[in-house]
Amino acid sequence: MEYYFSTKKMCVGYQKRPLIKDIEIGLKKGDILTLIGPNGAGKSTILKSIAKQLELISGVVYLDKQSLSQMSGTELSRKMAVVLTDKLKTEMMTCEEVVATGRYPYTGHFGILSKEDYRMVEEAMELVHVTEIKDRDYTQISDGQRQRVMLARAICQEPEIIILDEPTSYLDVKYKLEFLSILQEMRRKKGLTVIMSLHELELAARVADKILCVNGAYVDRFGTPEEIFVPGYINQLFGIASGCFDEENSNMELEAIREDAKVFVIAGGGTGRNAYRRLQREGIAFIAGILFENDVDYPVAKALAAEVIGTEAFEPIPEEVLERAKQKIDACERVVCCKEKFGTLEVANGALLAYAQAAGKRIETKVIV
Amino acid sequence: MQRQGNRKIRHIASFLLLGIGVLVFLVCNICIGSVEISLSDIGKCLVGLEMEQTIQRILWDIRFPRAVAAMILGGALALAGYLLQTFFHNPIAGPFTLGISSGAKMVVALVMVFLLGKSVRVSSTMLISSAFLGALLSMGFVLLMSRKVSKMSMLIISGVMIGYICSAVTEFVVTFANDADIVNLHNWSRGSFSGTTWDHVVVMAAVVLVTSLIVFFLSKPLGAYQLGEAYARNMGVNIKFLRGAMVVLSSLLSACIVAFAGPISFVGVAVPHLVKGMLGTTKPILMIPACFLGGSVFCLFCDLLARTLFAPTELSISTVTAVFGAPIVLWIMVRRKKERAV
Repeated sequence: MEYYFSTKKMCVGYQKRPLIKDIEIGLKKGDILTLIGPNGAGKSTILKSIAKQLELISGVVYLDKQSLSQMSGTELSRKMAVVLTDKLKTEMMTCEEVVATGRYPYTGHFGILSKEDYRMVEEAMELVHVTEIKDRDYTQISDGQRQRVMLARAICQEPEIIILDEPTSYLDVKYKLEFLSILQEMRRKKGLTVIMSLHELELAARVADKILCVNGAYVDRFGTPEEIFVPGYINQLFGIASGCFDEENSNMELEAIREDAKVFVIAGGGTGRNAYRRLQREGIAFIAGILFENDVDYPVAKALAAEVIGTEAFEPIPEEVLERAKQKIDACERVVCCKEKFGTLEVANGALLAYAQAAGKRIETKVIV
Repeated sequence: MQRQGNRKIRHIASFLLLGIGVLVFLVCNICIGSVEISLSDIGKCLVGLEMEQTIQRILWDIRFPRAVAAMILGGALALAGYLLQTFFHNPIAGPFTLGISSGAKMVVALVMVFLLGKSVRVSSTMLISSAFLGALLSMGFVLLMSRKVSKMSMLIISGVMIGYICSAVTEFVVTFANDADIVNLHNWSRGSFSGTTWDHVVVMAAVVLVTSLIVFFLSKPLGAYQLGEAYARNMGVNIKFLRGAMVVLSSLLSACIVAFAGPISFVGVAVPHLVKGMLGTTKPILMIPACFLGGSVFCLFCDLLARTLFAPTELSISTVTAVFGAPIVLWIMVRRKKERAV
């Protein structure tokens, strides 16, 4: 397998002290690699080492079959652009001038920009929609605008590979999506290879071809999103103790109220999620049922309910499951029903509601409270 | 495009203004003094026509070299300040505020007293080399401090402290060195352009012009360095080399000034700041020549005042530069505070 970018036994760290050892990455041209991991796990350290900002402790980084350590500064700067978390220090510089610094590797001895250079600057600014702020002072714009200006700067450097350290942290949802779309577009059109760290796991799961999971002392896993986003893994990687992350849907839920439940929620088909979250916010423990295991409500219930009564998908609800649910309702004071009607496979839920009514429980219907 | 055009006009106007300023003050410095000299006399002297002997002597031996020295050294001083500000990313860094001038002064004083004691004549090259050594010594110390302290103000305070220590040593040496030449040494240690000879001018011109040209040729990597080291490195700049060059060049410029005129305060901080405001940019390719011209104007102006204000008594040049320069430094500090508070 011929990789465009690869690391062999790369060991990174500060002041000769190794932090993360034996990092093996292999990317084809146009791949998007995302680094994920807890705060302080060493994502930035790896990115800085790859970008030649930090000296490697040992190992080699290859770019286009060439060892990075043997490339000259200018050679590398024409292939690799970076957007770091370090603030760009500017004084009396407009956004346009900041973007124009991306042309540095291509200008002559005195750094004077040609017409062609200005055209590239213009194009890059249009691509990330910062043209309207081009005459504003760089220090006077918002953090989000600054991140976009920095992307424009990196783009007009015409890199083959781009290294981004948490590039979307200050962007609103619209610009987050736009930012990643631009990266995807540049990968499609120009074969741009992207290496970036992201804190937004849901975005990482969607945009990355490869994911590197960093865990403080070592690289825990390196693989495709399908291999990484498997049930339980993210919770383990980040050591999530309160609340949980649902790997399959990239949802986050807060911690469940684990007390003796006095409320039973009947739901299904997505009707229950908001009720579950509401009860959690109000600090009320509840039991969720009866849910098919492939129901969109199911993972949320798993995360938030004190207990979930689940059943096999695409099958009628078995008698013993209904019995178990009835027993639970006996112990509850209140029943919340989120459903307005019951389908043929979930008549048991209808029976459950009728049972609760007959038992004189307080019934709340629809999305309530 | 419109804006770019406007900016270009602003730059051209600034350079014209500075150029004219240098010329005007150069002529003023030559004409004005205890003996008034007319423009036509200057012309005659330059062309080499017959003229009154005393006037010619005053012009050629005193006024000309002194004015040219003020021009060259003023430029060097502002440029050294600009380099140090860029190096430390600190707007109030300068050869004087960081104690580099004082370090150079101390070594020069030590060398001079030692050699005068042995009745050896001190040559220009020896002056510059000892000043350079002293400048590097102080610079080394400041660099060490800059690793330990991250705050800008702390760096300046440590620089000022180094300055005090070096000045104390110099004072001590000068006070106890018992020689007729010490009178000169005393004047020099307070900073003055007086007594400059053509020999000196030739040496300083050579050193300063070559150094300044090198600085000018570094303007592209300096521009990248201003953005921060990480980004400069990604732009292909050899940081180690550039930093080394900046240390050597700024020390050399500071050394040259101290060797010939003694320590001169605040020019290195005030002038780059004023010039920056004038140009509306910090791009080195414009700032380097503009700082040089601005420093020339500033020093010519201050020397004119130093000579004429209380004639025949002459003020030390630092007295005048401090009056104009120190408020500007204060202004910079106040404004920075405000910016950060926003």
